[in-house]
Amino acid sequence: MGLICQTLLVLALAVPAHAQEKFITVASTTSTEQSGLFKHLLPVFERKTGIQVRVVAVGTGQALDIGRRGDADVVLVHAKPLEEKFMAEGHGVKRYDVMYNDFVLIGPRSDPAGVRGTKDVAAAFQRIRAARAPFVSRGDRSGTHFAELEIWKLAGIDIASDKGPWYRDTGQGMGPALNTAAAMNAYLLADRGTWLSFKNRGDLAIAVEGDKRLYNQYGVMLVNPARHAHVKKEMGQAFVDWLISAEGQRAIADYKINGEQLFFPNAGS
Amino acid sequence: MSASILPLTLDNISYSSNGQSIIDGISLAIEAGPSTIILGANGAGKSVLMRLMHGLVAPTTGRVRWNEPDAASLRRRQAMVFQRPVMLRRSALANVVYAMAVAGVPAAEREAQALTALDEVGLRQLAHRPARVLSGGEQQRLALARAWALHPEVLFLDEPTANLDPAAVREIETVIKAFDAAGTKIVMATHNLGQARRLGDEVIYLQAGRVMERAPIEQFFARPATADAAAFMKGELPWA
Amino acid sequence: MGAIAEGLRRVFELDSELWRIVLLSLEVSLSAVLLAALLGLPLAAALAVNRFPGRRGVIVTLNALMGLPPVVVGLLVYLLLSRAGPLGELGLLFTPGAMVVAQTILILPIIAALARQALEDAWREYDEQLRSLGARGMQAALTLLWDARFSLITAVLAGLGRAAAEVGAVMIVGGNIDGVTRVMTTAIALETSKGDLPLALGLGSVLIAIVLVLNSAAQLIKDAAQRRFG
Repeated sequence: MGLICQTLLVLALAVPAHAQEKFITVASTTSTEQSGLFKHLLPVFERKTGIQVRVVAVGTGQALDIGRRGDADVVLVHAKPLEEKFMAEGHGVKRYDVMYNDFVLIGPRSDPAGVRGTKDVAAAFQRIRAARAPFVSRGDRSGTHFAELEIWKLAGIDIASDKGPWYRDTGQGMGPALNTAAAMNAYLLADRGTWLSFKNRGDLAIAVEGDKRLYNQYGVMLVNPARHAHVKKEMGQAFVDWLISAEGQRAIADYKINGEQLFFPNAGS
Repeated sequence: MSASILPLTLDNISYSSNGQSIIDGISLAIEAGPSTIILGANGAGKSVLMRLMHGLVAPTTGRVRWNEPDAASLRRRQAMVFQRPVMLRRSALANVVYAMAVAGVPAAEREAQALTALDEVGLRQLAHRPARVLSGGEQQRLALARAWALHPEVLFLDEPTANLDPAAVREIETVIKAFDAAGTKIVMATHNLGQARRLGDEVIYLQAGRVMERAPIEQFFARPATADAAAFMKGELPWA
Repeated sequence: MGAIAEGLRRVFELDSELWRIVLLSLEVSLSAVLLAALLGLPLAAALAVNRFPGRRGVIVTLNALMGLPPVVVGLLVYLLLSRAGPLGELGLLFTPGAMVVAQTILILPIIAALARQALEDAWREYDEQLRSLGARGMQAALTLLWDARFSLITAVLAGLGRAAAEVGAVMIVGGNIDGVTRVMTTAIALETSKGDLPLALGLGSVLIAIVLVLNSAAQLIKDAAQRRFG
């Protein structure tokens, strides 16, 4: 009876497992996946090496945590301070810059805070607060949310104590937050990739872009096989190497939505 | 051929449930031979007495003794038919085969013996019909076939025709008489006086959980020993 | 209403990707139901037929476990199957196997508790007769189980419904990996978080339709069988 149960258990698990192919697990972030980059990038790598890349896309904090537990072979996120902490803890082999994209400040065309066209995003934030113009925040401890909080700090504003009804802390993902901003005609910090593929723009348009502080740097790390013996280190390293190679960097640059490039490769810079 | 499992001896058994006394100090012996009828009004304790004898319930005090120490062997050699037969969701034949499988009859022999049993009760042509769609009388005949397929020495029947129409009653009684003639000891509870007379050789009259009288059938009907028994017979209308 | 129509149109554009998602959903949930039934139905029969000290407690606990939150089950299974956890060696995390494990744990109490109730009702009918025939213990429980098989369809369907509808467990242990562990519910969650509500609605409609079809088929089987077997 017990053996029958065990056999059935193994069979049932094997049936949908699509087992034993060459694959690696990469922990990355939701915004990266939702930009569509992986759908464009990974088939190139898979064709070249025959290695299937399985991406688990979660929040930045969770992605790094997956790496810490050894449940992924490679981590690709965009939160440099957190990545450096990950390295300091000994969970990664080496951190490489891969690419950057940027955030853009979205706002209504009517521009109640008068920030359109300015190159200084911190100043823009100050003006938004001064005008008490509606502003939607991700509020979900994502990479984008952290970037937004950094800018408030740079603007010299303690947003936690300074927010009023004009500041909407929604706790939502990028798509729903954009929906909310469109409905409320509010300002919002978004990553360019999601904005480009976002359809429900309403009266919103890009208000501020190009400020260096809006750059969002991506880093890739191989999870440390010394800490986690089962990490697929050869295949994982092959992926890391490819990402920072000329070919990989070109593939990243080739990814465009409506002719616009989303990610700017900068490995080795 | 081993010794008979009879006599069945009841040593001062009592049974109570929820504080209520249902069987109150019965001692008797059931011997091979004459068909025994357990007679009594509703609530006298006939059904419980049958279940105590068959072994479905244990007495609260006292002992039920058979002439066979091995419980497994005993189980096969005495069977019971209930007022409402319970059939499995399978064919009539499969129900009989099931009983034989439980009793440990070798697989190769089961179907043949089951078909013979169905023959005995006149259900051969319904062998492959789902048992649960059979009529009440047919199901009761099937229950008899199932019980009898193992050729028990003793067959307990607890008011087997109480729910059946007169034609079905006749069919069942015919089968019971055939089993009796073949040597099976019949112990049957009923409150149908005509049936008791047709099928029984001796009567055990039960009232309020006690045996009030035990006598040959004709003697009981002609001169019941207790006023209560006499009243019982006057109140019960025997079916023709 | 228009959003649903638009969504359905988008859904059928997905074609092969949709197929893969639907098939995986069915594979995972049906596997979980099969496993949970194999484990839970005999358990339910044993509970229905036997009397032992503490039986009441087991039944109450089983009933309570029906309300296990899927996301909690997912978290616990994740901790079990993570490389940092006790069963990490199996390498099951982020595979459909992990999803089957999580869903099986989730629906096992549902199937067992509902089946136990149905079987206990049936046992009242079969108890004396089976004991009279000499069937006891495991043999009686299995006979009861087989005979009551059509009334157990309801319990199994309840488990299937729960498995097909849940997202918390499969999201955490599966990781919603494109082409590997993405099922209907996690796809719906993803499209919703991307703000693509019409597509999410379309997928949701397909999911509901599938569950309806499965339930109708089971009901037809049940009715036909009842007419045939009585």
